[in-house]
Amino acid sequence: MKITPKVKVCLEDFDLKHEIDQLTASQQNAGAVVSFTGVCRDEDGLLDALELEHYPGMAEAKISEYAQSAIERFELLGLTAIHRFGKIAVGDNIVLLVAVARNRQAAFDGANYVMDFLKTNAPFWKKEHLKDGSKGKWVDAKDADNSALKKWQS
Amino acid sequence: MGGEILDLSPDIKTVGDLITFQRSRGEVFDEIFQHETIVRIAVDQEHVDDMGFDLSEAKEIAFFPPMTGG
Repeated sequence: MKITPKVKVCLEDFDLKHEIDQLTASQQNAGAVVSFTGVCRDEDGLLDALELEHYPGMAEAKISEYAQSAIERFELLGLTAIHRFGKIAVGDNIVLLVAVARNRQAAFDGANYVMDFLKTNAPFWKKEHLKDGSKGKWVDAKDADNSALKKWQS
Repeated sequence: MGGEILDLSPDIKTVGDLITFQRSRGEVFDEIFQHETIVRIAVDQEHVDDMGFDLSEAKEIAFFPPMTGG
């Protein structure tokens, strides 16, 4: 049976336990559940919030593509990917990945793989809102994120 | 994201032609589009990096900065 990921791009927050329960409810053969939550940090006291913009349609399509590819590559039994947009305050959730597999390595790798591709290839952009009220800048892409992709090219 | 609707001249056949046209539209355009490796391109919501990519069937073309999601 073909396994399809659950992918959501939305304004509202998500609930980790709910997403895990939903994904594992019908899984008798799963021995590993790995989750990753990306949270808005304050950059050592500078930031109040991040504003996330996305390219509607393409954002969902790209995450779905990487999620489906992870399911096939790591033989995952289930995968959920949720990415929020809009204004996200320090401490609030930005992104969630849950990967379910028979064994832990596949689950770790599956979540990691989707995150690496999502960071560099899914059309989302972050703008800073500074604590002192001044206008923040758009967040720059990081070379480390681009080089993270190389480990999957084999 | 911002957008505009343009009727492209039939002379614009590829992504490379469109970038040349964009650069001709003013100083700001020229400044942005000279960084060919920085500006990301999507045609009908698929990433494209081939300047020779044929635009004859394209409906929606997006130019954007490096992505910073996650």
